[in-house]
Amino acid sequence: MKYQGPGDPQDVLNRHVPPVAELTVGSLALMLVGGVYIGAHLPGNVPLLVPAALLVGGGILTAAALGLIMRIPDFAHGTFLQVARWAVLAYLVIAGLLAYVFIRDGARGSMLLILVATLFLFAVDVPTVMAFTVARYHEPGRRDGAARE
Amino acid sequence: MADVGASPLAELSAGARHAPPDSAVRVKIVPVRGLPLVGAVLVGLVWAIAANALWALDFFHVVAGAVWTVLDLFLGFVLGPTLGRLSIPARGEFTARFMPKMVLIMPTAVVCTLAAGWQLALHLGNVLASSPNHGWVVASMVVVAVMAVIALGILEPANIAVLFEMRKPRPNGEVIARLMRRFIFTAGITGAMQVATLVIMTRLAT
Repeated sequence: MKYQGPGDPQDVLNRHVPPVAELTVGSLALMLVGGVYIGAHLPGNVPLLVPAALLVGGGILTAAALGLIMRIPDFAHGTFLQVARWAVLAYLVIAGLLAYVFIRDGARGSMLLILVATLFLFAVDVPTVMAFTVARYHEPGRRDGAARE
Repeated sequence: MADVGASPLAELSAGARHAPPDSAVRVKIVPVRGLPLVGAVLVGLVWAIAANALWALDFFHVVAGAVWTVLDLFLGFVLGPTLGRLSIPARGEFTARFMPKMVLIMPTAVVCTLAAGWQLALHLGNVLASSPNHGWVVASMVVVAVMAVIALGILEPANIAVLFEMRKPRPNGEVIARLMRRFIFTAGITGAMQVATLVIMTRLAT
């Protein structure tokens, strides 16, 4: 299909983007598996090897996704940041509330550290996939989709 | 006017692609006026957890869980298919007014259900491995995790992206059609999974 300029609707639909959403959703899934694993063992002793391994795996996937986003040419990075920063704020509040529940129930030490890190990665993954989904359909250089007055 | 037999998504696609610039709907992504209400609900939730008050925990879990389940079922099985059959202007107007409210309602309902539900299960001893209900609690966590991957990884990003697309001077109909198809499909899946939640929760309560 012939490229008709930055306003061409076919352009944003068909342009190739790296698998950022897949990597981030993969990381999100690992965090949720880790959360279920910890939740299924609480309030007793939680074997930490599995959640720690899931956390490391998720961290690698998220880092890879963020690295890919920075390297995408002609990507609406401004729009990505605009969406991501508000979404991060919202999901940090949600993650903080969930962390509060576990701290209130006596989670301490290494288990608390892994739990907080898991929730933090969750609070990064959701805004990342949200902001990427918005920005991939935006033309680079336009900060948001607001109608011009 | 599009052909009667044409797919609604194709209609939307064709219609919006050729929409004049001044037809763009002024869409709010987050209804700011609703934020104080969300804040008040979250303060109430924190109080309920801090006080470990059984009635308050039960209230937050049941009310927020009902909101979450009913909205998912309604969206997946009633509103989604109906939306797919609406005319282009009707669908656009409905989406512009409905989706921003969902941006506030759903995360609030989900966090209240989960936080209060966990505390309630702890209070009632259902999370203990020795409890006969432990298996059902773990099953509910698995269902919630699967729904969370779908809702947070696919459905919610599609919702936000549609709203951003509709704010453009020339919304791209094909982008909106693709995202709406994803939204309606995943809403159907989470709606179906809520049936599993209802089975688990009624088992836990009896």
